[in-house]
Amino acid sequence: MSQAAILVPGQAGEGPALILSAPISFWGGVDPKSGRIADVRHPECGESIAGKVLFLPGTIGSSSASAVLMELVHAGHAPTALVLHEPDAILLLGLIVAREMGWMTPVAVKLPRDAFSAFEGQQVRVGADGEVTIRGSDLTD
Amino acid sequence: MSLKLTADERRIANGTDGAAMAMRIVAESAALLGAPRLLPIASAHIDGALYHGDSGTLFAERLVEGGARVAVRSTLNVGALDLMGCARVRLEEPQRSMARRMMEAYRKLGCEQSWTCAPYQAGHRPTLGTDVAWGESNAVVFCNSVLGARTNRYGDFLDIACAISGRAPDYGLHRPENRLARLVFDVSALPRAFMASEIAWPVLGSLYGREVGDAIGVVAGVARDPGEDALKAFGAAAASSGAVGLFHIASVTPEAPDAETALGDVEAETVIRVTPDMVAEAQARLSTAESTDRIDAVAIGSPHLSLAEFDALERLISGRRLTVPIHACTGRHVLGELDRDGRRKALEDLGVVIVADTCVVVTPILPDRSGGVLMTNSGKFAHYAPGNTGYAVLYGSLADCVESAVAGRPRFAEIGR
Repeated sequence: MSQAAILVPGQAGEGPALILSAPISFWGGVDPKSGRIADVRHPECGESIAGKVLFLPGTIGSSSASAVLMELVHAGHAPTALVLHEPDAILLLGLIVAREMGWMTPVAVKLPRDAFSAFEGQQVRVGADGEVTIRGSDLTD
Repeated sequence: MSLKLTADERRIANGTDGAAMAMRIVAESAALLGAPRLLPIASAHIDGALYHGDSGTLFAERLVEGGARVAVRSTLNVGALDLMGCARVRLEEPQRSMARRMMEAYRKLGCEQSWTCAPYQAGHRPTLGTDVAWGESNAVVFCNSVLGARTNRYGDFLDIACAISGRAPDYGLHRPENRLARLVFDVSALPRAFMASEIAWPVLGSLYGREVGDAIGVVAGVARDPGEDALKAFGAAAASSGAVGLFHIASVTPEAPDAETALGDVEAETVIRVTPDMVAEAQARLSTAESTDRIDAVAIGSPHLSLAEFDALERLISGRRLTVPIHACTGRHVLGELDRDGRRKALEDLGVVIVADTCVVVTPILPDRSGGVLMTNSGKFAHYAPGNTGYAVLYGSLADCVESAVAGRPRFAEIGR
């Protein structure tokens, strides 16, 4: 269990951990219609961030990342929680604006980058209070 | 350090209208960034009017319904439609109507109908040291680096929220101490022939962005000012491959009369000595096409072409008919000039597809051709085309792009490196 700082408050979320091995540009790198990673140069290309607890080693590129994340939230394809090692104002703005619109948003929390690997391959729950826990696989359905 | 709002800012944020929503978004972002206060801004460039899905349209319309108006000069970045009717955008209903509603909402908020990613070549040029709130990664990096105005990389929604509130978080690149370079990107070992070639700056930009990430560097060893279009290409490529918001070029950009000044008279943490091999590798990375025996389309103009770049295009085509179309993306500030002299029609008659108000990687314009190959001279198009269009990319100079479009298959001239 880790206690993470809350970057943007939101709904608690649970799902398989997806730990990206390289920074990603949400705009052009993630399909806003599905959550699939579309950047052919990205190591996790083809995987979907929808329904995952997404561990992000950073973002690059376009300043439209917030629009893509907000669209994923609105369309129901967002990660169930986001874990970043530092606040990413451009990306997280998508959550801030979605909250202003009155939509349900996943919680975004901060953990040191070297803490990410402990969650590899695990079912993870991020509480609304920032508690990050590994769930036994028998608890998932 | 926590955010302190003025009494006036608090009063606005506590309201229920569009201005209140904008102020809360700016304040929440400021708190997230650790900014101690908000500061007044002189202008904004809004990237948020590009349709990515219905959520952005609903947000803009909520602001309009709330009676919001921009408080400062605000230009608009590209939208998803070509409102000038030059190119056919294959955006289907209901997305098409939602994209149009979004563009209309931003107009109602009081934004200028500039619809370009190169506002700095369309008469929007804040002066050295001015605080502004700009979106669109290439516009941000140009504004900071070449104009010396001060902006962070404002994401969609924060840009319009800043424009409405007339304020931005006092943070990051608004502060002079955060604008100093920490590393040197030394290009003095590169052959003069390469540095004089047209691909030098986009290729170097792509390499620079990947090497520095979000750090600020100063490019050293540049013999002469490469000109505004080259700096535009460098910044756009750097801001695609890395999170670059500001670069300096010694003796070229305004905050770098020399490398020492750009570094704040502190020794650089890192010196990247760029070799011809690094450049060759960076250039090769821009292409993703596996075979180089065909092309299906050519796209230029990311960032939007200037009039000078159209001059070069015309010179290179020199009246020849194209076998494969060249999509030339630009803004209405250039389109007006082209139309005045009948140049647009002449280019279109030869097979150039002019794209205005938008571009080929942000909205479906290129034919839907799976496995297609797109040739481009833009480091930014090269970076985004595979993910956004499904085309593989072949990277070359403008001259290579034109010769290939005429021949209908890839042609590359040798460049000394």
